[in-house]
Parts: sequence; C-alpha cells; structure tokens
Amino acid sequence: MIRKLNLRAVVIATLLAALLLLPLYTSLTGDRFALTLFTRIVILALAAVSLNLALGYGGMVSFGHAAFLGIGGYAVGILSYEGVGSGFVQWPIALGASALFALVIGALSLRTRGVYFIMIPLAFAQMAYYIASGLARYGGDDGLTLQNRSSFAGLINPSNKVQFYYLCLALLLGSIYLVWRLTNSRFGLAVQGARSNDTRMRAIGFPTYRYKLACFVISGTLCGLAGILLANNTDFVSPAIMFWTRSGDLIVMVVLGGMGSLFGPLFGAVALLFLEEALSRITEYWQILLGPLLLLVVLFARGGIDGLLKGARRG
Amino acid sequence: MAEPLLQVDNLSKNFGGIRASDALSLEVVRGELHAVIGPNGAGKTTLISQLTGLLHPDAGAIRFDGQDITQVPAYQRSLLGLARSFQITSLFLDLSVLDNVLLAVQAHQGHSFHFWKNARRDRDLRDPAMAALKRVGLTERAMQPAFRLNHGDHRQLELAMALAANPRLLLLDEPMAGMGPEQSARMVEMLRALKGEVTILLVEHDMEAVFALADRITVLVYGRVIATGTPQEIRANAQVREAYLGEQEATHG
Ligand SMILES: Nc1ncnc2c1ncn2[C@@H]1O[C@H](COP(=O)(O)OP(=O)(O)O)[C@@H](O)[C@H]1O
Ligand SMILES: [Mg+2]
Repeated sequence: MIRKLNLRAVVIATLLAALLLLPLYTSLTGDRFALTLFTRIVILALAAVSLNLALGYGGMVSFGHAAFLGIGGYAVGILSYEGVGSGFVQWPIALGASALFALVIGALSLRTRGVYFIMIPLAFAQMAYYIASGLARYGGDDGLTLQNRSSFAGLINPSNKVQFYYLCLALLLGSIYLVWRLTNSRFGLAVQGARSNDTRMRAIGFPTYRYKLACFVISGTLCGLAGILLANNTDFVSPAIMFWTRSGDLIVMVVLGGMGSLFGPLFGAVALLFLEEALSRITEYWQILLGPLLLLVVLFARGGIDGLLKGARRG
Repeated sequence: MAEPLLQVDNLSKNFGGIRASDALSLEVVRGELHAVIGPNGAGKTTLISQLTGLLHPDAGAIRFDGQDITQVPAYQRSLLGLARSFQITSLFLDLSVLDNVLLAVQAHQGHSFHFWKNARRDRDLRDPAMAALKRVGLTERAMQPAFRLNHGDHRQLELAMALAANPRLLLLDEPMAGMGPEQSARMVEMLRALKGEVTILLVEHDMEAVFALADRITVLVYGRVIATGTPQEIRANAQVREAYLGEQEATHG
C-alpha cells in the first residue's frame, strides 16, 4: 500500500493529537466540562470499537451490546459495595462475567439467522435490564453509587480526572490496536470470510460457528471493559446503562463512523456525542433532528465518515 | 482397474416430488477427467452438492478413497481433499482477490485460532495463494476487491480457490457458464493443463469442451445415469443420442 498523505490519515492524526493534548487544554483554560465530555466520548468509543468487531468485521448485528456495559459496570459497582475495592480483583471478574454472558448469548443467537439473530441479544439485554432493576440491595431502579473508584495499589489513581482520562484513552488505543491485529490474523480473515459468504466458508472447510462465537466473546468482553470505565467515570451505575436505546446508540456510532473500519467507531462516537451536545443546545427536541441526519449518512455515505474520508482521497 | 477415487452408490435425493438423484451410481478413477452431462434439471448440481456435503442424500452411499463419507460434514470432506467450484459464483465479493484464495489455503492448514500474526504476510498462506492466482492469470488483480472482476475472471478465481486447496478431487460445476468464446477457450486450455495432475469431475454444458477434455463421460437424465463411457462410446450410444445429444443438436440448430 502506498503511504501518502491523505485526508483520512490527516484527520486521524489530528484527532489523536487532540485527544492526547486535551488535558493540557483543559488545565490551561480550566474547562472541566471538556474533560468530562471527552472522557465519556473515549469510553463510548471503546464500546463502539468492541461492537465494530462483531458488527463491522463479523457481520453480527448485535442489538444488545449495552448489556455488556451493564455487566461490566454492575460487576464493579456490586464488588465495591460488598467491600472489594481493588481493581486487580474487580476488573478480571467484570471481564470474566462479560465474556461468560457473551458466550451464552452468542452460542444461542449464532445458531439462528436474520432477524432472530438481532432479537436474541436484544432479549437478553432487556432481561439483564429488568434483573438489575429488581436488585433491591443494589439500588434497583435508582441504581448504585460507587463509594470509591477501582483502586490500583497506588499505581494509577482513577479518581484523578486527568489520570483517569489517560487510562481510558490508553485502553481505547490499545483496543484499536487489538482489533487491528485480530482482523489481520488468520482468525480475523476467517471471521470476515464468514461475514462475506458463510456458505462458501463452510464448503471450503471452515467450521464458521466457532470463529464467529469467539469473535462475539472478544467483542462482548471488550464492551464489558467500557462498562467498567463508564461506572468509574460517573461513580454510578444504573439499569439505564443497558436499556435498548443505548445498544441502538452504539450501532449508530459504528454505522455513522463506518462499519468494519479501524478508526470508524472513534469517528462515530465523537461525531454522535458532539452532534448530541450541539443539537441539544439549539433545541430540546434534538432527537428529532438527529434521526433524519443519521438517515442521510446511511443513505448517502455507505461507508460512513470513514468512507467519506477515503473517498475524498480519490476524488 | 485400481480402486476408484470416488464411488457413488445408489444415491437418491428427492425435492418434494422431484427425483433429483435416482439410484445414481458412478465411479471416478484416479487421474481421469470425468465429465457429467445432462439436460438442465437433470440433477448435476444436486449430485455435486451431495458429494461436497452441502446436501444430504435420502439414500445411498458416497465413498472417497475407500472411506465412507456419506455422513461426514462438508468442512471435513473438504479437508479430505474434495474441492468444488460453484455453478453460480460464490466468492467473497467484498474481500480482495488475494483474500479469497488465502482463505481457500487457510482452510486446509488446521484451525484458525491464530489471533496475532498477520495472515496476509504469512508465507505459508501467501505463497500457495499467489501460485494459484498465477496459474489462472490473476496475479495482477490480487489486491483488487473481488466484486471489481468481470464474470470470466470470477470463474477463474473460483478455479484458483479450488486449486489452492491442493485437492485430490476437483469438482467443477459448469466452469464455463456464461463465458464468451474467448474466455471459454482460456478455461479449456487451463483444464487441459490440469488434467492428469489432479482428478477432475467436470459438469459442463459446453459439449465441444466436454468431448475435447473428458476421459470418460456419464450422462444423467432425470437424476438417473443412462450411460457411462469414453467420448466415442457416448457419441455412438443410441439412447444418449435420443435422450440428449439429438435434442441438443436440434436446439443448437
Ligand atoms: N434446493 C432445491 N429445492 C427444490 N428443488 C430443487 C432444489 N435444487 C434442485 N432442485 C430441483 O432438482 C432438479 C435438479 O436440479 P439441479 O441439480 O440444479 O440440475 P442441473 O444442475 O442438472 O441443472 C431440478 O428439477 C430442480 O428444480
Ligand atoms: Mg446445475
């Protein structure tokens, strides 16, 4: 591939530089709000990256990924409530729980096709939502406040906003790197083959089910990580974190950014949350504006933002 | 005669009332190019699908290299050395031409739970894939997405994928379907070069190609074998002339 300066590379470089330098800007201007907003963007971008692995590369339209946000978040919240404050214990348990949940949902839904595949993760996510609402000990509908953020024996202090921001950013970039490695590996090739033409894959000798399932589990686990961060960010977790509209938001981020593109989910998360911010300042009915706007992107820019940037290089 | 590589024994398959395979028996000997001809709807594609395991016969048995594979699932048959090209091209259209062939190679190199190493730079995959692409003349187009190729090149890519798997039996379902005369001629040349190197079961409509290439021909009508023999024997067979060849010649004017 020819490495020449193109619009997409410039946009990615600028975006990364801005993300890296953001705390400098906020400390100079004292704009605390920007740091809060961007921490949230970075975390949701991580969730979108995880969904993109299943949806964009694997072709698995999971309309229930928010469940993993909830499982990651609740694992941290519940453990913290029960007196387990160490991240070294909390995080592996939260990730393990997310992986297990993904294994169950994936194992059931990947045997089905079409609309059923969309419905099963959705049904599980809604089930998780209602179960969380019923957990009276952990706040039920009202949610659970974290007394303390996960502690890491003084190595990192997640309660420090700047440190926490950089932790989230590092995990986001790490997950993008992970997806890059995965999607270029034999495993990734098999997963993309299954998305492209499952019948042919089986005909040439791939048991596609297990590769798709593994992909779904990795995706769910990564999304659980985003849930861990989200709970730590707001010091709070509630059933709303896994409501179906949140799953929808994640899909919108992936589609808006560009399905199956490495940086697409980051573009999508930044664009969506910025749009939400901007439109909600103009009108309280911003969701009515957002809908048609997204429709336009889906209709006229098949590859999402990433596709537009790529196209601009040729044109 | 040596033990046949493929032995199909009384295969039957019904679709509702249609007998797509009707007590169908045939043998493919090692090294030969065996053609299967028959009018549209005779059950040729259905036969191939049962051989690769995409369809399951209602009755009968399939033996490959002495082993009964009737119950063996599709992906394992492919690992045993059965490779097929599809009558209707069935490629990974949104992946690159190279990726298409890489996958065909990868399928035969054990499981794909390798998460880290770059598969496109892995010589164990890349070298045989590029060799197969070279064989069908698609080297230059390796990095293009498969959907950019024209129909003839799609057929060549199908063949490259089947070849890349190093098959012991190559099942080709109308590889020349929809091709112009020039592309067909190129395909005939390629099959002639392959002949002898690998055992081939060829389903083809193009009679000229079949009679030029085949060592033996089996004629299928309504799911039944009405004749098997050398091209000369088939040409001379009265039943075949009546049921099929005559009709063909008639329709071809
Ligand atoms: N999946 C299917 N369901 C129902 N009928 C089928 C199916 N596949 C093939 N058939 C029927 O079986 C017969 C043989 O079809 P096919 O094997 O495609 O013939 P050929 O390849 O020789 O043209 C035809 O009558 C066809 O309509
Ligand atoms: Mg056919």
